[in-house]
Amino acid sequence: MSFRITGTGMYVPPKAVTNDDLAQIVETNDEWIQKRVGIRERRISETEFTSEMGAKAAQAALDDAGIKTEDLDMILAATVSGETVSPSMACMIQNRLGATCPAMEVNAACSAFLFLLETAAAFFALHKEYKRILVVGCERMSGILDWNDRSTCVIFGDGAGSAVLERGEGYLDSVCTVKGGDDVIKIPHFIGMSPWFKTEQDTPYIHMAGQETFKYAVSSIESDINTLLERNNLTIDDIAYIVPHQANQRILDFAAKRLKTDPAKFVSNIAKYGNTSSASIPMALHELKASGKLKRGDKLILCAFGGGLSNMACLIEY
Amino acid sequence: MVKEKIIAMLAEATDTDAADITLDTQFSDLGIDSLDMTEMAMDLEDEFSIEFTPSPEINTVGKLVEAVEKLVEG
Repeated sequence: MSFRITGTGMYVPPKAVTNDDLAQIVETNDEWIQKRVGIRERRISETEFTSEMGAKAAQAALDDAGIKTEDLDMILAATVSGETVSPSMACMIQNRLGATCPAMEVNAACSAFLFLLETAAAFFALHKEYKRILVVGCERMSGILDWNDRSTCVIFGDGAGSAVLERGEGYLDSVCTVKGGDDVIKIPHFIGMSPWFKTEQDTPYIHMAGQETFKYAVSSIESDINTLLERNNLTIDDIAYIVPHQANQRILDFAAKRLKTDPAKFVSNIAKYGNTSSASIPMALHELKASGKLKRGDKLILCAFGGGLSNMACLIEY
Repeated sequence: MVKEKIIAMLAEATDTDAADITLDTQFSDLGIDSLDMTEMAMDLEDEFSIEFTPSPEINTVGKLVEAVEKLVEG
């Protein structure tokens, strides 16, 4: 369809916060967190804003692809935890990289990286002169967590992931579903200071209904992967790796069980980083590539689910 | 049939002998947490073509069997 992934990169801040560290500030413990979500530690930014982490991951992806910022035709970025609503993180990353190409942001919460790929595919189709698009998911989730809420604050982490897309034929198919509503997952904005606005709103942190999210996540992974396999006359055995959004190890394990496939096919790094929302898939993809296991021609399925509710999966030939 | 299926699922999920699971068995005694319940609910939905959302009140095998039987009978 329109591009190949020619470079990947990631960045996480240096400070690792363990489950034992969290047990010092909320009533929780290492055993509970590991059993419930499969996370051992997460990285937390002490000084770096979201766009700084995004730019570092982006630079790593550019270096990996062996291209310069002036080679870029477009920068697409995603976040739910940027330091500014405007400029967008895409514009801030463009500035930090010293690039001059257009830049824009797409909001689809934890699914956003795949929406960036879909948007990039559309730009490649629209602009025949485009050769390279940079996509970046970057998050400082620690800034939008209620650190008194043990059900959410233990799950998330900070980080950024990026990929360089070059015109090619590697994006084979995609499936996208949105079921709009805020009853399962929401991150309200700061309500503002208008002296006339009377409606109350929840605190501007992540609110998530755990069981409903779990069910939605497993169902969407199963359904999206089966759709892609059926539409492309493939079986799960034809897929080298599934690179899912890293929300909860148990979601991945249960999805693998329902798909009757080896859980090891699902790339996972959640134990080290937690849920980094839009950054999780490019970070996992980068680590898969860096491990040397990924071979040119491998078929991958990337799948994501999150606030919106929005879920998406795509079939890629690496 | 619902009872037998649920006990078989619980036995497999918790590596417990099915003979040791009765209608009075509490999920907490089996080490079942809310995500285990969600997983089981999804499998029960497939098995019996129902829509089922677990709740904290359903805390024993007997209560789960009763809730699922009601849904199956429509």
